[in-house]
Amino acid sequence: MHTKSVAQLATGLSEGQFSSVELTRVFLDRIAAIDPLYNSFISVDETAAMAAATAADKRIAAGDAVALTGIPIAHKDIFCTNGMRTSCGSRMLDNFIPPYDATVIQRFKAAGAVLLGKTNMDEFAMGSSNESSFYGPTRNPWDTTLVPGGSSGGSAAAVAGLLAPAATGTDTGGSIRQPAAFCGITGLKPTYGRVSRLGMVAFASSLDQAGPMAHSAQDCALLLNIMAGHDPLDSTSSKVGTEDYCSTLQNSLAGLRIGLPREYFKEGLDSATGECINAALKELEALGATLVEVSLPHSSLTVPAYYIIAPAEASTNLSRFDGVRYGYRCEDPSDLHDLYSRSRQEGFGDEVKRRILVGTYALSAGYYDAYYKKAQQVRRLIKQDFMECFEQVDIIAGPTTPGPAFALGAKSNDSIAMYLEDIYTLAVNLAGLPGISVPAGFVDHKPVGLQLIGRHFDEALLLNTAHALQQVTDWHLRTPASATGGHA
Amino acid sequence: MQWEPIIGLEVHLQLATKSKIFSGSPTTFGAEPNTQASAVDLAMPGMLPVLNEQAVHFAVQFGLGIGAEIGKRSVFDRKNYFYPDLPKGYQISQFESPIVGKGHFEILMDDGSTRSIGITRAHLEEDAGKSLHEDFHGQSGIDLNRAGTPLLEIVSEPEIRNAGEAVAYLKALHSLVTYLGISDGNMAEGSMRCDVNISLRRIGSETLGTRAEIKNVNSFRFVEKAIRYEIERQADILDDGGKVVQETRLYDADRDETRPMRSKEVANDYRYFPEPDLLPVVIDDAYIEAIRSALPELPADKRHRFMQQYELSAYDASVLSDSRPLAAYFEAVVAECGDAKIAANWVQGELLGQLNRDERSIEHCPVSAADLGALIRRILDNSISGKIAKQVFEAMWQGAGSADDIIAAKGLQQVSDSGAIETIVDEVLAGNAAQVQQYLDADEAKQKKLVGFFVGQVMTLSKGQANPQMVNTLLAKKLV
Repeated sequence: MHTKSVAQLATGLSEGQFSSVELTRVFLDRIAAIDPLYNSFISVDETAAMAAATAADKRIAAGDAVALTGIPIAHKDIFCTNGMRTSCGSRMLDNFIPPYDATVIQRFKAAGAVLLGKTNMDEFAMGSSNESSFYGPTRNPWDTTLVPGGSSGGSAAAVAGLLAPAATGTDTGGSIRQPAAFCGITGLKPTYGRVSRLGMVAFASSLDQAGPMAHSAQDCALLLNIMAGHDPLDSTSSKVGTEDYCSTLQNSLAGLRIGLPREYFKEGLDSATGECINAALKELEALGATLVEVSLPHSSLTVPAYYIIAPAEASTNLSRFDGVRYGYRCEDPSDLHDLYSRSRQEGFGDEVKRRILVGTYALSAGYYDAYYKKAQQVRRLIKQDFMECFEQVDIIAGPTTPGPAFALGAKSNDSIAMYLEDIYTLAVNLAGLPGISVPAGFVDHKPVGLQLIGRHFDEALLLNTAHALQQVTDWHLRTPASATGGHA
Repeated sequence: MQWEPIIGLEVHLQLATKSKIFSGSPTTFGAEPNTQASAVDLAMPGMLPVLNEQAVHFAVQFGLGIGAEIGKRSVFDRKNYFYPDLPKGYQISQFESPIVGKGHFEILMDDGSTRSIGITRAHLEEDAGKSLHEDFHGQSGIDLNRAGTPLLEIVSEPEIRNAGEAVAYLKALHSLVTYLGISDGNMAEGSMRCDVNISLRRIGSETLGTRAEIKNVNSFRFVEKAIRYEIERQADILDDGGKVVQETRLYDADRDETRPMRSKEVANDYRYFPEPDLLPVVIDDAYIEAIRSALPELPADKRHRFMQQYELSAYDASVLSDSRPLAAYFEAVVAECGDAKIAANWVQGELLGQLNRDERSIEHCPVSAADLGALIRRILDNSISGKIAKQVFEAMWQGAGSADDIIAAKGLQQVSDSGAIETIVDEVLAGNAAQVQQYLDADEAKQKKLVGFFVGQVMTLSKGQANPQMVNTLLAKKLV
């Protein structure tokens, strides 16, 4: 059962081939047996999962099932779950049990999906390797000496390792797409505002967006159908209508214009990875798409602009973690200042502290105009680049990452090298666009991801294109040996 | 004194919304600590603000009330600082693009003169919670009921020159916001809190001096005292050739002094930046016009109208227009009795006197405007004298019924029967022969004083019911 797609599992459940209780048991057992190798989950509540599965089976029996009823789903530990610890990968929230569900969680619960567990992540979603987690690094199922990417590395590894049929992630600068690429799965970052941020621990409010991570585009479409939609409690969530993202998956790609930004294929891109991308693009061309070279002239400003805006927002979003109302509090504070400084010093890890410092500096009086304001101006230029491209093409394509997954520890002491991991993904967040990473081959047995970027609210076309590619390729169907009983 | 005070006021006005500005929690004052704080107010992880439309509506009302430009696209910003009663570690406020721009309104001085005071801006923001430092054995308690209560911060131009003007400004502001119904204006409950910026400059100079900011002065009287104290303090420093330090000070009402706040309580860099969790507030003309057309007559307009239409003095007009319900009451009394001057005297005298004694508001007045008007009508048609009317009013206050009921029941109808009055006059003159003689011997000026004695005697004998004019006429006829 663990090798089936979400779509296949849904059929199996509705046809009575197996129950949600059986299905959930399979995944819980796999997690217990295999996850010590990956460390992809932070929390698993077997009792709650089995109770949800039982309830789902009743619903199915009563003929009241919807698309994901009874399907076990893993959620990134950034989504608040009522009564279940939500750590955000941090010591700061190691003891935090929310009394509410994030809107995303509510929607999955309402659909009758089973909450399988909470997945590991970079602390407060700050990282590209899952190495900054308080709960230890997650390992890449394709090669456990490699990182799975981050910050949704736990979700990516859990899906790649067949410990969950699908998972949720969040993407602030590539945190769904980059780990999806590293782990050989499909991951969609929707348009900013497409999915509610309520109950999602905030990293950078103007960039954060939740999305699905699964084996296939079709499975991502099934999850997005649940996740997407306006939430009156999130002022930044969009009122643009949603669609049935499954209904357009089969559309033909004939006439589709795909833009290839020359800035994404220059030096900095690993040549073997580039070859994989080109091969995947050839497949799309064969399906009827036209490839057009385009330019995103402000690409070189992406990383600096992002690393002003994201830390600036993060520095104030994380002010609420002060040891006063919830979360980590230092022992025996001598006074208020000691309570604040020691709780935050002990509760946050290095990368989080680094970004709080950078962000605080960027917003300081006298530096605001030079950094934050300037970065926002650059952000508008970057967005404008995309808008101009989308006058010529329907989709923009390129590599998700400069190269495949790297070894644990390889970049953990070099922040700049780590930040450059996200060079192709950051701009999509700055522009608020949807982006998807689709498996596009392997370099030395390490997965490679093709990134497709769409117009605002054009998730359907991204999923349609990715699905078409997955009908003629099998990269997304390959499974790592460590997940199927082979050697890691 | 060779120094001219330059004073600007920042008023934090609590808006009378039912729920908080960014969450659905109620804003009722005085609830048990932390019973009106939701996950949003507690800044639980992942919680997001949602703007309360009513707060925007109130702010626009205020802006239109002071003739200000309304910000068509106003932006919320984060004001960052750490304090335990500020759960998010930042306050959502407005910095660069406030909802209300420059405006002005008229203040009335004690001598009846008026001045126009400029408003620099007014912006929406959320209140913080309260830190409670007592009863926690050396620790502090935090009550977040107030956190997220909507505030309109109203910043005046530095155009106020003395404590009297500052108080007049606050009174006019209080009147305006209660007219608009956007705040209860209750200073004791903190619905209107005032920060005073004050500096001195040499008279005739154009250069501003260094200012001190006095925080949280929470009554008209304290504002007056704090300003007086601060002017004196700064003048003493300057007179001695010293320099005023730019600082935040606190007014201590018990000691009647201002003193510097501990530097720890003063944050230096708030790192303002646009709040990414909220969209800019975009307001169109139709929205503004709909609010404008529903605005009530404002206090200054009403005051001017009262002066013209009813020929009232500036003082009377300002007392009667101070609150909307009082003004409405007054106008209803006028409508009933037809005489604005007597109505004004009665409302300001008897009515407000009784209300004060009973500590009641006009909304809880036991005598309706129609009933008071009917009472005044009985004075005007000579059914009763003004003095008897006061008795009747007292009875009406106690709930004894309408003026006519009471007059009938107690037989207070004024006696205008000349025969009946003449009998009493004769009786008085007969019983006071010595005084009559004294009167007849006196010169004209003295006679005028002495006649009062006979009037008094007649009124006493008639139990106040004799028509005073007729009594006077008869006495004049007989005392010759």
